[in-house]
Amino acid sequence: MTLAPVLVLAALLFSLGVYGLLARRNAVLVLLAIELMLNAVNINLVAFEAMLQDSLATGQVFAIFVITVAAAEVGIGLAIVLLIFRNRATANVDEFSLMKW
Amino acid sequence: MEWFDTWGLSLIVFLPLVGALLVVLLPREQEESHKWISLITTGIVLILSVVAAANFDFGAAKSFQYEVNESWISAIGANYHVGVDGISLPLLVLSGFVTLLSVIYSWNHWEEPRNPKAFLALMLVLLTGMNGTFVALDLVLFFIFFELVLLPMYFMIGIWGDKSERVLPVFGKTVSVRLYAAIKFFLFTLFGSAFMLLGFLALYLNSADTVAGRTFDIPALIARAPELTMLPVAGWIFAGLFLGFAVKVPMFPFHTWLPDAHTAAPTVGSVLLAAILLKLGSYGFIRIAIPILPEQAKQWAPVIAVLAVIGIIYGALACLAQTDMKRLIAFSSVGHMGFVMLGIATLTDVGINAAIIGMVAHGVITGLLFFLAGSMSHRYHTRDMDRLGGNQKLMPMLGGILAFTAMASLGLPGLAGFWGEFMALLGSYSPLDGLSLGLFRTAMVIGAVGTVLTAGYLLWMLQKVNLGEPKAEWDDQKFHDADKFELAAWVPLIVTIIAIGVYPKIVFGATTEAVEALVKTAFGG
Amino acid sequence: MTNFLLAAAEEEVHSAVEAAYTSGFWAEYAWIMLVIPWIAVLGIIFFGKRMKYLGAEIAIGMLAFNTIWASILFILNITKGVVYEGAVTIAEIGSNLIFELGWVVDGLSIMMYFVVSFVGLVIFIYAVGYMKGDVRVTWFFASFTIFAGSMLVLVGAPNLVQLIIGWEGVGVASYLLIGHYWEQKENSSAGMKAFFTNKVADIGLIIGAIMVGVTLGTFKFSELSNAAAEHADSLALVAGMIGALLFFGAMGKSAQFPFHIWLPDAMAGPTPVSALMHAATMVTAGVYLMARTFPLYQNLAEDIRPWMVAIATITLFAMGLLALVADDIKKVLAYSTVSQLGYMMVAVAAGGYTAGVFHLFTHAFFKALLFLGAGSVIHAVHSNNMSDMGGLRKDMPRTYWTFVIGSAALAGIIPFSGFWSKDEILVTLGHEGYTAVMWIAIAGAFITAFYMTRAIMLTFHGSYKGHGHPHESEPVMTVPLIILAGFAAVVGFLNIPGVEFGGRGNFTQWLGMREVVMGDHHPTAPDWGMAAIGLGAALLGVLAGLALFARDKATQQERDKFEIPALYPLLRRKYYMDDAALGLVWLIKAPFARAIDWINDYIIDGVVNTMGFLTAGLAQLVYGGLDQRGIDLGFNAFAYASGGSGERLRRLQTGRVQQYASVFVGAAVMFVIGFVIFG
Repeated sequence: MTLAPVLVLAALLFSLGVYGLLARRNAVLVLLAIELMLNAVNINLVAFEAMLQDSLATGQVFAIFVITVAAAEVGIGLAIVLLIFRNRATANVDEFSLMKW
Repeated sequence: MEWFDTWGLSLIVFLPLVGALLVVLLPREQEESHKWISLITTGIVLILSVVAAANFDFGAAKSFQYEVNESWISAIGANYHVGVDGISLPLLVLSGFVTLLSVIYSWNHWEEPRNPKAFLALMLVLLTGMNGTFVALDLVLFFIFFELVLLPMYFMIGIWGDKSERVLPVFGKTVSVRLYAAIKFFLFTLFGSAFMLLGFLALYLNSADTVAGRTFDIPALIARAPELTMLPVAGWIFAGLFLGFAVKVPMFPFHTWLPDAHTAAPTVGSVLLAAILLKLGSYGFIRIAIPILPEQAKQWAPVIAVLAVIGIIYGALACLAQTDMKRLIAFSSVGHMGFVMLGIATLTDVGINAAIIGMVAHGVITGLLFFLAGSMSHRYHTRDMDRLGGNQKLMPMLGGILAFTAMASLGLPGLAGFWGEFMALLGSYSPLDGLSLGLFRTAMVIGAVGTVLTAGYLLWMLQKVNLGEPKAEWDDQKFHDADKFELAAWVPLIVTIIAIGVYPKIVFGATTEAVEALVKTAFGG
Repeated sequence: MTNFLLAAAEEEVHSAVEAAYTSGFWAEYAWIMLVIPWIAVLGIIFFGKRMKYLGAEIAIGMLAFNTIWASILFILNITKGVVYEGAVTIAEIGSNLIFELGWVVDGLSIMMYFVVSFVGLVIFIYAVGYMKGDVRVTWFFASFTIFAGSMLVLVGAPNLVQLIIGWEGVGVASYLLIGHYWEQKENSSAGMKAFFTNKVADIGLIIGAIMVGVTLGTFKFSELSNAAAEHADSLALVAGMIGALLFFGAMGKSAQFPFHIWLPDAMAGPTPVSALMHAATMVTAGVYLMARTFPLYQNLAEDIRPWMVAIATITLFAMGLLALVADDIKKVLAYSTVSQLGYMMVAVAAGGYTAGVFHLFTHAFFKALLFLGAGSVIHAVHSNNMSDMGGLRKDMPRTYWTFVIGSAALAGIIPFSGFWSKDEILVTLGHEGYTAVMWIAIAGAFITAFYMTRAIMLTFHGSYKGHGHPHESEPVMTVPLIILAGFAAVVGFLNIPGVEFGGRGNFTQWLGMREVVMGDHHPTAPDWGMAAIGLGAALLGVLAGLALFARDKATQQERDKFEIPALYPLLRRKYYMDDAALGLVWLIKAPFARAIDWINDYIIDGVVNTMGFLTAGLAQLVYGGLDQRGIDLGFNAFAYASGGSGERLRRLQTGRVQQYASVFVGAAVMFVIGFVIFG
C-alpha cells in the first residue's frame, strides 16, 4: 500500500478545514472546520503508524487522544457558542470580538 | 505509629488542601463552619507536626526521617520524595504554629471585603505550599510548592489589602497600593524563580551522563556535589539559584517588593509573609544551593556577606525614615534577614545554626509585631506614627505586648532574637577556612553596629507609638484593649519567644547535628 | 526513637568543687536566688494589682528571701570559704561551642549577691513609701524586680554569655524605669539615651565575648582566668584586643568618660531607681566585669591598662568637678557616682582588685543612702533643686543625720566606710607606680568632700526657700535610711589591713579568686601616711565647703543661685588664707568646671546629638533617595517599559478569531515553505 493517496486525502481534508476556519462566519461551522482539520491529522497519524509498524501503536494512540480532545473541545465550544447566541442572538464570529483589549 | 512514618508528612502537606476544598464546597453563608474547618485542619496539621517532632530521632537528626520516595514523573526522573531532617523540622513546626494562630486571630478580624470563605481557603492552600516546600526533597516538587505559595499571597494582598492609593516617586503616577504591591510581589518572585528553575534544569541535565540516570532528587544531587561543583557552568547555576532565593529572602538590592507587600497586605497576610514566606529563600540556600554547589558557595560567600551587612545597615536606616508603623516593621525584616544571610555566608556550622534560629526567631517575633501593628491600625484606622502616641495609656495590655515584642526584636539577650544575631556575629568572626577573615570580621563589626541602629529605630517607634500623651484626636474615642482572640493568638508567641530565648536547645537540639553533617559533607574537615 | 521532650530536657549539671573550699547545700542550690525574681515578676504582673501594696509585697518577700540566703552564704564564706559553680547546658553547637546558664558562688559573687539583695531589699521597702500614690506602682515594682533578677543573673554568671543576658536585662530595666513617667517626652528620651549609649558600648562587650569564645572554645570566666594565668599562647595573641573590647563595654555600663552622658539624664527615674540602679548596683556592673576578668588584665592585657587608668582618671576628676555646679540634688549625686565609679575603675585598672571591689562594696551602701536621703527631701519639698531647699535640718532630723553620715562616708572621713576604701585605692595607686594619678585622686577626694559639704549646706542649713511646710518622711522611708546609715558607717572596718574577722582574714581574703592567685598588693598594716594625706584632702574639702557655704548666712535669704556672683562678697573678706582657698576654689570651679560643663553640654552631647541628626538625615537619604528613587526606580522603570511596549503591542489583539487563525495559518505556510526551500 502506498502512502501518497492517503496523505493527499488528508491534505485536501486539512485544506478544506483551513478554508472553513478562515472563511466561515457561523461559529458552529468554524468548529466543524476545526473538526475536519483534526480528522485530517488523524488520518495522517494512522497512515504513518500503519507504514512504520510501530510496536506501541503510537499513531493510533495519538489518534484516539486527538478524538477525545476534539470531543471535549467541541463540547465546550458549542456550549460557549450557545451562551453567546442566547445573549447576543447571533452566531457570527465577526461579532465575537469581546476578548480584546 | 508505623503508618505515621509513611503517611505523616503527606498528611501534614495535603490535609490543608483537603480543608481548603471543604471550605470551598460549603456555601458562603456558613461562616462558622468555615472557621471551624480551618481551625481544626490547621490544628491537626500542627499536632501532626508536633508528633513528627516528638517522634523525631534526634540522635540521627542529620538523616531524613519519615521519608517517602515514590516514583512520580518517571519520564524525567522526578519523584515524590519528602522527608524532614533537623534543619527543616523547626521550620515545619513553625509554619503550622503560625498558621494556626493566624486562623485564631482571623476569627473576628476580617479586612474588607470580608469573605472569610475565600480568605480561609487561600490560607489553607498557603499552608500546603509552605509545608510542602519544607519537606520536599525533589527539585521539581520543591519548585511546585515554592511557586504554589505565590498565588494565595497574591490574592490576599490584591483583594484584602490596603485600599488607599499612593503616588509613585519619580513617575508621579497614582497607583492602587494593594494592586501595585501584589503585582510587584508576584513579578519579583517569579523573576527570581525563573532563574532558579533554569538552575534546577541545569542541575538535572548534568546529574548523570545517561538520560535514565538523571535525577531531580536533592540527596542524590548532594551526593554528586563533588562532580557538579566542578562543572564549567556551575557558577551560572549558582547564580540562578542565588537570584531565586535572594529575591525571596529578600536580600539587598532585591528587597523593594517587601515593604510594599507587607504594608499593603492584610494583617494575617503580613504575618505569614514575614513569619514563613521569607524563610523559604534562606531555607533554599541551606537545603539546595550550598550543599549541592559548595565551591560556588565559597566563591559567592563574600558577596552574600557584603549584601547581608548592607541589608542590615540599610534596613535599619530605612526604618528610621519611616512614618508608617507597618512599613517600619517591614523594613526591619530586611535587617533581620540580613543577619540570617550573614550567618549563612560564613558557611560554618555556627553560622548556619545561627541562620536557622534566626529564621525561627524572626518568624515568631516579627509575626507578632505584624499582628500588633494590624490590631492597632484596626483600632486607630491609621498607621501614621505621627498621629499615634500614648498607646500605652489607651491600651495598656496591647502596649505592654508591643514593648515586649520590640525588645525581643532588637535582639535582647534572654529572648529568641538574641541567639540569631549573636551567633551570626560569632560565626563571622571565624568563617570557613579560605574565606577572607578581614572581610568577615569587618562584616561582624558592621553587623554589631547594626544591632545598635536596630535598637534605635525600635525604641524610637516605641516612643512615638506607645509613650507620651495620646493625641487630642483620640480624646473622645473608646478603645478596647486586646480581646480574647488576639490574646489567644499572641500569648503562645510570647511564650515561644521566651522559651527559645532561655533554652535555645529547643531549636539547636534538632539543628546542630544536621548542620554539622551538612557543613562536613560540603566542605570536609 | 528517643522522645523529644526527654531530649529537650536532657540537662547536664556539672560542677567544679575544689578541696580547699566547701560547697554544701546553700551553694549548690544558690540558683534559686537567680530564679525566684522571675517568678516574682510573673506574680506581680498577674496578681499585683489586686494586692494591698500593689505587688510590692511579692517583690519585698522575694528580696528578703534572697537576703537571708545571701547572708548565709556570706557568713559561710567568712568562716569556711565557699566555692561552687553549677551550670545547665542550654545549647550545644557542633562539638566545642557550648552555651550554659549557671551560677557561680565565690567571694566576689557572694559579695554582689549580698549587696544586690540587701540594698535592694532596703530600697524596695523605702519605695513602698516613696511611690505611694504613684500612677503605676505595680508596673514600677514589676520593672524593679526585673532589674533585681537581671542583676542577680549578671553577678551569678559563670560565663560571658550569661553575663550579657543579665547585662542587657538590667539595661532594659533601666530603660523602663528611667522612662517610668513616660507621659513626658524628656523622660522617655532619657531612657532611650541610656539604652542607646549602653548599646553602643555593648558592641565592645559582645565582640569581646565572641573573641573569647572563639579563641578558647568556651565563654567561661574560670577557663578565661586559667588561660590567662598560664599565659596561654592562643589567648596572648588577642588578649589586648579582648581586654580593650571588654573594657569598652564596661565603660558604657559604668558611665566612664565619655559614655557618662547617660547617667545624669537617668535621674529622670524615680529616686529609689536612682539609688539602687544608678548608684549602688547596676552601674557597678562594669567594675564587676573588670574584676571578674581581672586575671586577663593582670597577666596578658597589661598594655592597655595605662589607657584604662587614663580614662578612669579623667572620669573621677572631671565628673567630680561637675558635681560642684549642679543645682539638682540628684544630679550632684549622679556626677558624684560617676566620679566614684572612676575611682573603682582606676583601682581595678591599676591592678588593685581588692581596692576597686571594696570601694564598690562600701559605695553601694553610702551612695544608696545618699540617694534615699535626697529622695526623702524631694518627697518633702516636691522639688529636685537645692535652690528650693535649705534649712531642712530641723524639720527632717533623721534624714539630715543619715545624710551627713552618708556624706562623711563618701567624702572619706575617718572612721566611716568610704575612708577605708578610698585609702586602699590611694595606697594601691602609689604602690603600682601611678603617682600622678594618685595625686589627682587625692585632689578628687578634696573635690568630693567639697561638693558634699556644699550639698548639705544648701539643703539642710540656712533658711527654707521652697513652698509649703516640709515634714519628716514616714518611718517606712526613714527606717531604711537608718539601716543604711549604720552599714555605711561600719562596713569599712571589714578591710582594715591586718585586722581579721571570722577566721579567714578579712575582705581581701574573702574575695580571693579560687583559680588564680591575685597579684594585687595587700598591705599587711595600715599605711597611716597615705591615710593622713587622704583624710587631709577630705577635711580640706569640708573646710572649703564650710567656708564658702556656711559663712554667708546673712546673704542666704537672697541666695537663689550659688554661682560666681555669690563669691564676690566673700572675696572682699580679709583673710588671705580664705582668699587663697577661695581663689583656688574659684579657679577650680569657674573655668574648669564651667569648661567641662560646656564641653559636656556642647561637645560630647553635641557629638551625640549630631550623630543622631546625621543618622536621621542619612536615613532619609537612604530611604527617600536611594531606596525609593534609586533601586525602586530601576524596577519601576523596567515595569513601565514592559507596560509601554505592551500598550503598543496590544493593538494587534483585535478579538477576531479568524484574524488570529489567518496569521497562524500564514505562519505555518511560511514554515512549510521554509522547510521545503532550506531543509
